Amino acid sequence: MENSQIMKTIIDVKELTKYYGNFLAIDKISFKISSGEIVGLLGPNGAGKTTTLRLLTGYLTPTSGTIKINNFRYPEQAPQIKELIGYLPESVPLYKNMLVYEYLEYVGNIRGFEKARLNSRIKELGKQCQINHIMGKEIGELSKGLTQRVGIASVLLHNPEILILDEPTSGLDPNQILEIRDLIKEIGKHKTVILSSHILSEVEATCDRIIIINKGKIVADDSTERLTSLYKGKILISVGLKNANFDELKLRLSNIEEIEKIELVSSNKGQELYVDLYLNKDVREKIYENIKNTEWILIEFSKKKTSLEEIFKEITQEN
Amino acid sequence: MHKIMSICIKEWKDYFFSPMAYIIISIFLLISGWFFFSTFFLINQASLRDFFDLLPFVFSFIIPAITMKVFAEEFNLGSYEILITFPIRHIHIILGKFLAQLLFIILLLMPTLSYPIFVSFLGDLDLGPVVGGYIGAIFLGAAFSAIGLFASSLTKSQINSFIIATIICLFFTLINRMLFFLPEKLITIFNYLSSSYHFQNFAKGVIDSRDIIYFFSLTFLFIYLTFLSLASRQ
Repeated sequence: MENSQIMKTIIDVKELTKYYGNFLAIDKISFKISSGEIVGLLGPNGAGKTTTLRLLTGYLTPTSGTIKINNFRYPEQAPQIKELIGYLPESVPLYKNMLVYEYLEYVGNIRGFEKARLNSRIKELGKQCQINHIMGKEIGELSKGLTQRVGIASVLLHNPEILILDEPTSGLDPNQILEIRDLIKEIGKHKTVILSSHILSEVEATCDRIIIINKGKIVADDSTERLTSLYKGKILISVGLKNANFDELKLRLSNIEEIEKIELVSSNKGQELYVDLYLNKDVREKIYENIKNTEWILIEFSKKKTSLEEIFKEITQEN
Repeated sequence: MHKIMSICIKEWKDYFFSPMAYIIISIFLLISGWFFFSTFFLINQASLRDFFDLLPFVFSFIIPAITMKVFAEEFNLGSYEILITFPIRHIHIILGKFLAQLLFIILLLMPTLSYPIFVSFLGDLDLGPVVGGYIGAIFLGAAFSAIGLFASSLTKSQINSFIIATIICLFFTLINRMLFFLPEKLITIFNYLSSSYHFQNFAKGVIDSRDIIYFFSLTFLFIYLTFLSLASRQ
């Protein structure tokens, strides 16, 4: 984020910690989000994504640490913060027995809209979220994708600066996922968006920045581009050898600096040995030089692609 | 105020879009009507005493059935999470819902106005106890609604909420019926705690500030406990 100095910080989280009883859900996390960013909170299930979002929205109170939203603080300035935030939980808990426009009216009334302004706002959102054709339907009868749209419309009603979405595409079919992604990107042009997901391709497709969280800690926080290129630079070589043994192989390859990690995939009593080599540079020639003088028979020597998925797995499992 | 009203209107609509409200009103009229008229002609007096005698007991079951879903359903569905992120305070949510309950109880009592009208044709009905009884019924309903709200704010399960509320309501209703087990000194205290004792004062046609204060305190106490229960969820 080269221009992050120019953009103002809208969310400032410092040393945030949350215990549920004795269980540490969030462990001293700190991050800043600038106005206009689309940030993806990524992590396996149970990593603390939902807890983090709930803390941001004020639904939960942190055990320690501070949250500043546009320089407002909880709990004293909660009313001001609530005007700035639109939050949609993962399960999209809208009242199922209400009609779509009835629900939007209900939200508008609580938020203190005047009748005329509310109507024009509902029309605008109906168009933006493409829900005009279902205004008269009962929410309980809608598909998951449409319910999601209604949910998004309802949290956009007061035109918040920050939109927080918890797993916005969970449970949707591939077409609905694409539609919701487009909608989020469209909204993200004018607003700060924070969304959570456990699917990497999801955040990769929509977010400018990814915060990876695991077991309540931030394990990576960078722009999507940087994270992707960082790991796309990595090379994974798969090697298969006959009559070789793992320790000797490790010894022979130990002088190659470019090898970051050697991982045993499988071996059967010195017969066949398969290993994965993680390189930061393509040095297949050097590797070959090092093993060609042995009695070993090379049965596999191939370059694999490393995807973000694998990196994600690596980061979150190491911790 | 518009926040309280929005919540109240939403609750009110909820009642009548589901069959629950109609079922509860029917059951209430059936029970109270049957118990009243089954002995009415035997006693041969033009009064509503029997109806009002029974009311605290009937309310102990009927009101928890109305209030059991108020918070439990929101917790269960998860909509409470959205509600909390609206610029609205706990007290607005509680008062909005409480107001809706109270209006529902007034609606519930409306059809029973036909009893005094009917009785007045049969004999000389003393209006004082009737008016007092209805005012008392609203106070009693308010107190029991607050108890119901509190019970509902404790749990995700509507059944649990119903059971907790019924137990608390029955405690306040029946506590003065067990007095003969107790030493004499305690009787006044237990009598004072009993909601049926205070309600019966209303039903005699006596509107005493002590009884009003009692119902106000009971309502306020449980609304405050509901507030604490909601605040502790965060």
